[in-house]
Amino acid sequence: MTEVPEHLLKRSAERRAALGAPPAGGGAAADPSAPATASDAGASDAPADDGSKIPAHLLARSQAAKEAAGGGSPATTGAAATAAAATAVATAPAPVAKGPEGHTQRLLTVVKAGSIQDVKATPTDKVHTWPHLLIGEFIACLSCSAFLLVFSAVVNAPFLAAANFNFTPNPSKAPWYFLGLQELLTMFHPMVAGVTIPGIGIFGLMLAPYIDKNPSQKPEDRKFAISLFTLFFMFWAVLVIIGTLFRGPGFNFTFPWRDGVFFDL
Amino acid sequence: MARRVDGNGNGNGHRASPAERLAEVGEKVRGSQAWASIFRPGSIFRKGYTDSPRNRSYVVMNSLIYHLHPVKVKRHAVKVSYTLCLGGLSFFLFLLLTVTGIFLMFFYRPTTAQAWADIETLETSITFGLLVRNMHRWAAHLMVLSVFLHMSRVFYHGAYKPPREFNWVIGVILLTLTLLLSFTGYLLPWDQLALWAVTVGTNMMGYTPVFGSQVRFVLLGGVEIGGETLLRWYVLHVLMLPFVIVIFMAIHFWRVRKDGGISGPL
Repeated sequence: MTEVPEHLLKRSAERRAALGAPPAGGGAAADPSAPATASDAGASDAPADDGSKIPAHLLARSQAAKEAAGGGSPATTGAAATAAAATAVATAPAPVAKGPEGHTQRLLTVVKAGSIQDVKATPTDKVHTWPHLLIGEFIACLSCSAFLLVFSAVVNAPFLAAANFNFTPNPSKAPWYFLGLQELLTMFHPMVAGVTIPGIGIFGLMLAPYIDKNPSQKPEDRKFAISLFTLFFMFWAVLVIIGTLFRGPGFNFTFPWRDGVFFDL
Repeated sequence: MARRVDGNGNGNGHRASPAERLAEVGEKVRGSQAWASIFRPGSIFRKGYTDSPRNRSYVVMNSLIYHLHPVKVKRHAVKVSYTLCLGGLSFFLFLLLTVTGIFLMFFYRPTTAQAWADIETLETSITFGLLVRNMHRWAAHLMVLSVFLHMSRVFYHGAYKPPREFNWVIGVILLTLTLLLSFTGYLLPWDQLALWAVTVGTNMMGYTPVFGSQVRFVLLGGVEIGGETLLRWYVLHVLMLPFVIVIFMAIHFWRVRKDGGISGPL
């Protein structure tokens, strides 16, 4: 049993008096200033409902139901409190301690499923990262390492004579990935070839998702984008291949099978 | 007395075999606080691995892998034919380049007087020196290639489209950084190939409008390639650019997961 603090009992009695209700129901200790004894606390449940807002007609309906059910065997309800309430109803028509079904809580609101938390995620077909993904990655890394190890054991990296400012090799070539630009250098002004075109290339790539507003990922819907990128890709690939294999002394056009390759990787 | 006398003196005929002693040490290590701090509760290193969905999750969750991969991925994402492993291999090549690069740093001094000779010594007199230098160089070329092919793969799959636009931009920055890393490394052997390839490359840079000559001056540490250039490019190559690229890679991998893993099946 919980101890009801004295000042609360007093306040409740004052409120009751203001409402003109009987100070306490159930015929138990009615004096609000009396200390809350065990019997008092037990009874204080009953008058508490007096001031509650359960509509009278609901209470009456529940009482009728309880009488119908509890009249036969009130003990079968199991809860002593319910039984006590039922007998209290039987003896007196006064409001009782419990709501319908003997509940002591009140229903505030009903929240429908989905009104607060809307789960948008649809279940997707997933597999465990281990082993399905990690095994594949492990094999890929291992193969890559093995390839590099074998390749490095067989093919040596180029290492020419020490740097000499007084001797310019002919031809002088940039690293292979810049040979496309060097190739452009033979056709355009250096600023266009070395700055403008690669600058447009890089920024064009960065802006691709903001320029291409087509939401589809399907190749058949993206014919223009795919053609454009393939053109870009082939453009650089062809320029790099020409720069590496088909340029000889003086950066003049040669055939690698005729004059050999003037290029170190 | 025919009784055998044992090493432990109690004569019960039992002597701890090496295997038993090893098991005892193993148990002691597994009971230690250091072990418990590294291998978290539920770790397969604590309780052994049996194949179950729970343990499959723990393998990822209780290890460093969790920084890279979620516990589960889309089924199509594990298909090699979709990604061709290009992004993952680019990252792996970066790790390989870091390891081999650290090895090379032990034997290299970035001065005009010593750089070339150091590489020659590395190739001729240092155990595995030639092999590691070869690996570093070929892995670098391979990384440029794999990053570029990775970008192409992503484009052809339309994977740069929403919600992955930002990650695509990060990816293009990573491509640029990869090229810069490779290009700065090109100068370091200080041979004829390095010197003149970089001369060609930096001459083009000088044509940048408005501040071209200033950019060139800062990058070369002077008006011509020299000792300052070598030092600058060395620092860029071994410290600054790797530092920057690691930051961008972290963002890149983080975005991959935040955008819902790799792009869906076509």
